[in-house]
Amino acid sequence: MKELLENLNKAFESKARLGIMSVLMVNDQMDFNSLKELLNLTDGNLASHLRALEEQSYIAVQKQFVGRKPNTTYQATEEGKKAFNEHLKALETLIKSNL
Amino acid sequence: MNQPKDHLDTLHEIRDLMEKSSRFISLSGLSGVSAGIFALFGAAAAFVILQSDSFFYTDYRAALDHTQVLWLLVLDAVITLFLSFVVAMIFTVRQARRKGQAIWSKTAQRLTINMMIPLVTGGVFCLAFLYQGYIGIIAPSMLVFYGLALINGSKYTLHDIRYLGICEIILGLIATFFIGYGLLFWAIGFGVLHIIYGIVMYRKYEK
Repeated sequence: MKELLENLNKAFESKARLGIMSVLMVNDQMDFNSLKELLNLTDGNLASHLRALEEQSYIAVQKQFVGRKPNTTYQATEEGKKAFNEHLKALETLIKSNL
Repeated sequence: MNQPKDHLDTLHEIRDLMEKSSRFISLSGLSGVSAGIFALFGAAAAFVILQSDSFFYTDYRAALDHTQVLWLLVLDAVITLFLSFVVAMIFTVRQARRKGQAIWSKTAQRLTINMMIPLVTGGVFCLAFLYQGYIGIIAPSMLVFYGLALINGSKYTLHDIRYLGICEIILGLIATFFIGYGLLFWAIGFGVLHIIYGIVMYRKYEK
């Protein structure tokens, strides 16, 4: 049991981070506001989770301007995708072993 | 977060988010039904137009030699397309509101672009046939290109639309071997199939 838990990635412990990664797995890129709408998070909350994932280099951030407005888009890195898949696999085994 | 049920919930949420963020799920089945009804009316109008100018009671292809008849048919097609589109949009906007999905979201934009590529290609192709005088092949081409557009769009919306696309393509291909019955195939493809599909979708997702 302990072994199984070790495979779960600490970076994905919070629901918000799992949510961000899920969205970025199936979308090439996503901007801040769309993420906020999808996940129902506040600005500050989403920003801090995004920063945490960026520090792990699981996501890449691109900042640009659309007209005068800053527009930040996020995408999952190869490393992030790999980590997320492993996390999912660990979840799956955990569920199966408990059935 | 340590109970198996929690983990299962987490997996469900992940799947939900993946689905919601990458697919436009607000297409209403009623849009299909209304488009089908308009298509049947459009086909009926086309039939009347063809009959009115034909000396031969059964062979309406003779009427197609008259440009005036052709223009009436094009007008008929444009009106049918316009009415189907407007009513389909009304149902879809309503459905999007109900589901709390933005109507012009990223997913909606991707769906539109990916459907428009085969559709516009097919449209220009059919106009070329019309211009060159290959009238008989227009209805089958419309069915085939429309089917391809649906299959291309199915990656960005409800998956079921793929099967409608396959049916349209098969019907279109059969129609290419029965030149002269184009209107009949067109009415089946755009009318009957849309209505059946719309009812199935309505019962599956909106009841």
